[in-house]
Amino acid sequence: MDNAIIQVQDLVKVFGGKVPVRALDGLDLTVERGGVYGLLGPNGAGKTTLIRVLATLLEPDRGRVRVAGIDVRHHPEQVRARIGLAGQYAAVDDHLTGRENVEMVGRLYGLPRRQARRQAVEVLERIGLTQVAGRPVRTYSGGMRRRLDLAASLVGRPQVLFMDEPTAGLDPASRRELWALVSDLVEGGTTVLLTTQYLEEADQLADRIAVIHHGRVVSDGTGDQLKDRVGGAVLELTVPEADRAQTLQALRTLRTDGGADDRHPGRIVVPAPHGAATLAEALRRLHAAGVTPEDVALHKPTLDDVFLALTGQLATTPSGNGHDPHGGGDRRGQHQHERATR
Amino acid sequence: MTATATTPAVHGWLARAVSDVAVITRRNLLFTVRLPQVLVLSSIMPVIFILMFTYVFGGAIQNALPPAAAGRYVNWLLPGLLAQFALFGGAATASGLAEDLAKGAIDRFRSLPMAGAAVLAGRTLSDLVRLALTLTLMLAVGYGIGFRPQTGLPGLLGAAAVGLLFGYAWSWVMALVGLLVRSAEAVQAATYLVVFPLAFTSSVFVPTQTMPSWLQPFAANQPVTVATNALRGLVLGPGALPPGRTVAGQVALALLWAVAITAVFVPVSVRAYRRTVR
Repeated sequence: MDNAIIQVQDLVKVFGGKVPVRALDGLDLTVERGGVYGLLGPNGAGKTTLIRVLATLLEPDRGRVRVAGIDVRHHPEQVRARIGLAGQYAAVDDHLTGRENVEMVGRLYGLPRRQARRQAVEVLERIGLTQVAGRPVRTYSGGMRRRLDLAASLVGRPQVLFMDEPTAGLDPASRRELWALVSDLVEGGTTVLLTTQYLEEADQLADRIAVIHHGRVVSDGTGDQLKDRVGGAVLELTVPEADRAQTLQALRTLRTDGGADDRHPGRIVVPAPHGAATLAEALRRLHAAGVTPEDVALHKPTLDDVFLALTGQLATTPSGNGHDPHGGGDRRGQHQHERATR
Repeated sequence: MTATATTPAVHGWLARAVSDVAVITRRNLLFTVRLPQVLVLSSIMPVIFILMFTYVFGGAIQNALPPAAAGRYVNWLLPGLLAQFALFGGAATASGLAEDLAKGAIDRFRSLPMAGAAVLAGRTLSDLVRLALTLTLMLAVGYGIGFRPQTGLPGLLGAAAVGLLFGYAWSWVMALVGLLVRSAEAVQAATYLVVFPLAFTSSVFVPTQTMPSWLQPFAANQPVTVATNALRGLVLGPGALPPGRTVAGQVALALLWAVAITAVFVPVSVRAYRRTVR
């Protein structure tokens, strides 16, 4: 018996308009039953489009898509009975109470009234909203609304839960709460497929990660596998601004693909395939060039580095304010860098 | 280990569809009940129309009225305004759907194993209830300033029924407007664009015989005029109708319009709903 809960082959979705956009461009993906699967990619990579195709909101233009063994194009209604969707916006009704919201969605999953009520009470308990379940949703905080949205998407006991950027716009505390909930879900047997632009989130939550770029999966595996794919280690140097050009020149030939990454003001990141040997070589060259680095660190690549290597774009960290492929380096996991330096 | 698929205990597609429509209708009505401001505010305009036209234009138009109006402009005007606001009630359908789209509620509904037409059917039904409240209020205000149905209670109830069916049909047109236009402000502009030209080139305010000859063929036969004539005939008797029109004929024609509009716009709107991309 096939253990894949999601199978996607050669999925293409083109949005029309004057300049047609190939949002999904021959995407392949297999997600095994159980656990959390993360779709990581910048804005416009095609993550949301993929979720919308899987959740039967969009019809694919080409390709085969099966969710829980069922073809989304031929039997969307059967797929819908087996999935839950928590979108980018908490789609809950302000004028209803928390319990009314969840119960309503339960009824729309086809549950009889009494069973819908029972399952609503259960899921609200699990999600930690029992205390406020009788209050109208307009009195809820942003984090509570997200959790309620999650409760609503779980009340039908779906086999697969799709979460599209579940923590976008949440404060760090609410984000951590939601992460804890997602981990609990998996223990309950639900497969979770979530999208995120946040490397930290994918690293924390997902058992397996697919990096999506320009509508394709460019790499997938566990977080560690992805990191290994970039190479053994990464060398990070901080040099005085005046010595920057000279440093880049000196380190040029260290990199297999030519040219050190210089996206971060003051910081220079170089792959170090031979670890300490590369470090020694780099220091020897800098010495020869008369440059004294302010800080030198050799560390395992972060998902950030993976992302950069695979897509040539920087991803955001949760503290960042939006994605900008050409942006400065501040938002790039400063604390990760510090941890690595220690 | 793995979660099992939920086995719906509500069986049969028809039972499911009825249940889904009921759930959505209840949701929308709860909105009206818990945010009564919306209903109250939307009731102001029809009341203003009744008062304004009766007192401002009544004196001038009085002489052009047929004797069936019993010398009162409000007798003539109110059936027409009922028809106009039956049409206008659809604006709530359009804005309600546009709001559901913007909030992501439609995304959620479309990802659920519910009947495809239930969201629109529930929306149009809850708006029908709102329309019934509006028409009741209008009749009460009209009665207060002198409106008297000349045919008794059966005529009045018949007129209310025709008005509601006519309004329900337009609700499906406005559902399509809401799904296609999406933004609440644009929806309002779009509904005014549909409603006001139809209302003012009809027999709602003045007999169409007083209009220029190039406008008359349209004005005398467009759906708002037909519905107005039907309502007017039902509450004032055949004398209120233009020459050559019968009450039964206008009622039948009004119902035919309602059925035709529904028959065309239900499938079109449901199709638009299924394909709606946020």
